[in-house]
Amino acid sequence: MIRLSIQARQALARLTLPVLIVFSLALMLLGRATPLVPERARITLSDALAPIYAVVDAPLRAVRGAARAVREVCALQADNARLRLENERLRHWYDVAMALDAENAVLKSNLHWVPDPKLSFVTARVVADAGGVYARSVLLSMGPHSDVRRGEVALDASGVAGRVTEVGARSARVLLITDMNSRIPVLLEKSRARAILAGTNAPTPKLLYLQDGAHPEEGERVITSGAANAFPSGLLIGTVHYGSDHQLQVTPAADLERLEIVRIFDYGLEGIVPPESGLRTAAAGALAHASGSGD
Amino acid sequence: MDKKPGIRPRLGVWHQMDVASRHAFPAAQTTIVLLLLAAPIGMPGQAQIQSAWTMACIYFWSLYRPAALPALLVFGIGLLLDLMAQGPVGIGVLLLLLIHAVALKFRRALTRSGFGVVWLAFIGVAAAASAGKWVLTCFLTWHIFPPAAGLFEFALAAGLYPIIALYLILLHRGPAAPERAT
Repeated sequence: MIRLSIQARQALARLTLPVLIVFSLALMLLGRATPLVPERARITLSDALAPIYAVVDAPLRAVRGAARAVREVCALQADNARLRLENERLRHWYDVAMALDAENAVLKSNLHWVPDPKLSFVTARVVADAGGVYARSVLLSMGPHSDVRRGEVALDASGVAGRVTEVGARSARVLLITDMNSRIPVLLEKSRARAILAGTNAPTPKLLYLQDGAHPEEGERVITSGAANAFPSGLLIGTVHYGSDHQLQVTPAADLERLEIVRIFDYGLEGIVPPESGLRTAAAGALAHASGSGD
Repeated sequence: MDKKPGIRPRLGVWHQMDVASRHAFPAAQTTIVLLLLAAPIGMPGQAQIQSAWTMACIYFWSLYRPAALPALLVFGIGLLLDLMAQGPVGIGVLLLLLIHAVALKFRRALTRSGFGVVWLAFIGVAAAASAGKWVLTCFLTWHIFPPAAGLFEFALAAGLYPIIALYLILLHRGPAAPERAT
């Protein structure tokens, strides 16, 4: 090791902090100029962290499970009554669905309907909240040879959660539909009006570019539309909700605050693959533009 | 530290390892808790808690154990924070380094004053840092974010500081104290 005089060492020590501050400014510029470099670093870090999180996840799950068990025991009686009612209603809907299914099969066979291809999906565990203060995304832990690609759709048990934006060797990131940069072409199920679902970082994303003359009802179901070939059509996103200042919002069906497991579907759509997230804002604008002009 | 003059036997390897681990303790536990706070616990405002935690830790250790938290480690923790989140890289690094610099600058005065003053100073630091983060994020992504997230971040940092500090004071006197190495 080089022996330095005390003065030289002190001078060096005093210089470290300013030099590092300049470095951090340079990092910001670098991230702005070459968005791919921080993205690669991010993927590498996620790949390194995902197995660690997978290990920590087991005790965390136990804690969560215990908390849920206590809550459930407390609400047992009320839940039972509610479930009995719901069961009655569902039995009725089951009969309706069976009848419709049979009718649908007959109609399809008469029309020589080409059946939809069987979809393949992988299921992955959400291991970390990866958004930070100004973004909404989650980190998934994947097997080393999972065949997930960017642009695939992630769903939880009840609806669309988001899209895969980054894929590493053992991890993937999903940009949630509530993120500021998320733009999804949607269709209102009853009024058949098209719109763009835009995230705001708040729990309820809003509807943009709604077709003129459309008056969606409160509680109307919002599904994905096949516009721009970015999403398969007909996936449930949520329900329409009028906000406090009469703003059209969508309450997501997926439990985005407590995502635990998501399914990632490969719909084989190549319409618009999201670029790595540094360039995402521009692409989101382009997507909104494309579907806006398509209508 | 042992200040009595006189000749003593050379300290053993175990002692040196103990001292080293005590020096490494502040940065290590800051990082570990930071990683744990990113796990999906389902806590509301987890991202803000994460940021509040790092700010409080950097501030606290820069005040009370600056030797255990050199600027290079602050840089590393900031980079980790930035890469774990989704925003532009470098913002967390810059802000943590500035918090570190401010804490070092006013170290003399702050370590001599009571807890209330240190807390008040932290509230000022957290306000500046949250505002700075909002401005820089908006500027670098060219997008006006609703300031509510930043305000929430500041409020949580200011409000959680006493709890975090209580925990850190215990560490400061216990496992992070090199003078207690055996």
